[in-house]
Amino acid sequence: MTAEELSEKQAEEVARQKGLQNRILCCTAAGCVSCGADGVRRALEAEIESQGSGGRVEACGTGCMGMCGRGPLVLSSADRQLYGNATAADAHALVSGDAKDRQSLAGRSIDLNAPFFSRQLKIVLANSGRVDPEKLADYIAAGGYQSLAKALEEMTPRAVVEEVKKSGLRGRGGAGYPTGLKWELVAKQVLPTKYVVCNADEGDPGAFMDRSVLEGDPHRVLEGMAIAGYAVGAQLGYIYVRGEYGLAIQRLQTAIKQAEREHLLGARILEQGFQFRIDLRIGAGAFVCGEETALIASIEGKRGQPRQRPPYPPASGLWGAPTLINNVETFANIPPIIERGGDWFAGIGTARSKGTKVFALAGKIANTGLIEVPMGATLREILFDIGGGIPQRKFKAAQTGGPSGGCIPEQFLDLPVDYESLAQIGSIMGSGGLIVMDDSSCMVDVARFFMEFCMDESCGKCIPCRAGTVQMHDILQRMTTGAASEEDLDTLKALAALLRETSLCGLGQTAPNPVMSTLKYFPEEYEAHIRDKHCPAGHCRMPAVSREATA
Amino acid sequence: MPASSAVPGVKDNREKLLERAMSRHQYSGDALIEVLHTAQELFGFLSRPLLKTIAHKLRLPPSRVLGVATFYHFFSLKPKGEHTFVVCIGTACYVAGGLSLIENLERHCAKAGQTTPDGKVSVETARCIGSCGLAPAVICDGGVLARVTPQALETELSKIGAQ
Repeated sequence: MTAEELSEKQAEEVARQKGLQNRILCCTAAGCVSCGADGVRRALEAEIESQGSGGRVEACGTGCMGMCGRGPLVLSSADRQLYGNATAADAHALVSGDAKDRQSLAGRSIDLNAPFFSRQLKIVLANSGRVDPEKLADYIAAGGYQSLAKALEEMTPRAVVEEVKKSGLRGRGGAGYPTGLKWELVAKQVLPTKYVVCNADEGDPGAFMDRSVLEGDPHRVLEGMAIAGYAVGAQLGYIYVRGEYGLAIQRLQTAIKQAEREHLLGARILEQGFQFRIDLRIGAGAFVCGEETALIASIEGKRGQPRQRPPYPPASGLWGAPTLINNVETFANIPPIIERGGDWFAGIGTARSKGTKVFALAGKIANTGLIEVPMGATLREILFDIGGGIPQRKFKAAQTGGPSGGCIPEQFLDLPVDYESLAQIGSIMGSGGLIVMDDSSCMVDVARFFMEFCMDESCGKCIPCRAGTVQMHDILQRMTTGAASEEDLDTLKALAALLRETSLCGLGQTAPNPVMSTLKYFPEEYEAHIRDKHCPAGHCRMPAVSREATA
Repeated sequence: MPASSAVPGVKDNREKLLERAMSRHQYSGDALIEVLHTAQELFGFLSRPLLKTIAHKLRLPPSRVLGVATFYHFFSLKPKGEHTFVVCIGTACYVAGGLSLIENLERHCAKAGQTTPDGKVSVETARCIGSCGLAPAVICDGGVLARVTPQALETELSKIGAQ
């Protein structure tokens, strides 16, 4: 299709949707599907059929609506009513729209004006929960692929790179490297073959942002990648997606096929000279593959082991060719930046961190789910206003950045969350997992948990990481079982410094972070475990102590 | 040795399907992980003879194929049980008590990473399945169970007659 046909199609679909009496949106993201959303959707479709409302009422699936803890979620769009814990039995009331029928749903109504919704700012997730991820027309109706058309028709590749630079967008995978600069590095390379790679190997435990974006709005990521391909001069892109994300893989495959059929991907995109294909590569369960050089090795069919940098992938990446690697959320930010301009994007956020950030709220928090806030929002706003606070118990710490990050204790609740301020207090932005812990969580055990993760996931290439994570885990294990000595603490600190300075890649270099940050903010817990053989949170069982006592 | 010896006595077209997957990638060694994915999907696990066949067809040293197959958690070199329980122990599930679910399964079935001697149930752990809003989560034969309690787990076990 051409750009004009795209606009015609958009107008057509918008008019069709406006003509409907009601559109009932049923969240079909992984969270809601596992609570039975598919059944609710089927029941809705059957009910529309039996009430003879076809053509007037429509039921469709959407991406994540955010409140994953209360799924399955259903939104009746005519009267803007959101219901949680929906079941197939609710279908009749939802379709008929009769106030009397709806009474059975009243108790499960979720207020769309609650802070959970009103305090968020959605750019990346703008379509999530609004469009059907399996229908291209829905995405087009929401303005999809217009940014790609604008880039191809009105902008030179150089201008696209400039716009991204102007936006101040930084990599959302965790490290926060300026995206525009990365694009420029790849664009400058004169070699004919270049690649664009989307890192969707979201391995951090407690993070499901990328998964939700891929499941809820796959076309957005494809569009972002195609714009990147145009800007840097690449004709082939790969999405490296976690093997565990079956639904995301399936929706991406569908989306790629749909886009190719309509000439939005493939040979002559929008019937212009530009060509760009996207292939999926399915990961096989290795956390280290989130590291860019390991990811490249994995796409090449090898063990996912990182290599020395430089050369960095923009100079020599996939099969030695210049390669642009960005995270899912980064690519999802691109279409709105092209549509509304870099200045608009740069107006959101803080001085050095622009735009919004998607967080996955989990752990001891009332509203578990997926949220998006402007950079610079405070943790208090995120956890208490949007997250609804900690049920029953007292807040202790929030963990960001997964096994590479650190914990944020209570005294920093009012800190604006951006790349710099989190780094200052010894944590990192990471990819967006935000795990909340209350006073029943033991920080030493949390450190042990993350170290165990790094130990399992170490690829084994460099010795500091391979042997160091095992040693650190052993010490932490001794602490949580009551068998540690004072010396162990010194060894732990020495090992942490060693790993940080001498490991080959980010996995090893950042593995000590959870230990260092819990040591910094909760030293008394470590002391209690070592000296008093006591776990203040009452979590660790200390079998070594009871053995001694009975001996 | 032909790949079908992985499951003796089973006559089917799985070999043909695997061959097709390899030819789609022009027998390129770069496609090793894709081919292993297909092979595991078809045969359930990657047996040594199967790995050897793949190495031969893709013209790769068997050591490289075994190296890749053992590097990634997703690939299994042992046959799986009739039913599989994957307990998530990502951070959210861990703080919500995922560990006690594993202990429960280990008491009733097999140790994590193993299969019961009768081949009925495999117990596995996963590093975050991305369903953190449903913690603690367990994947039972491909379906995600949300906010699982030890009691719910036992109900699930008795459903498949493993208790």
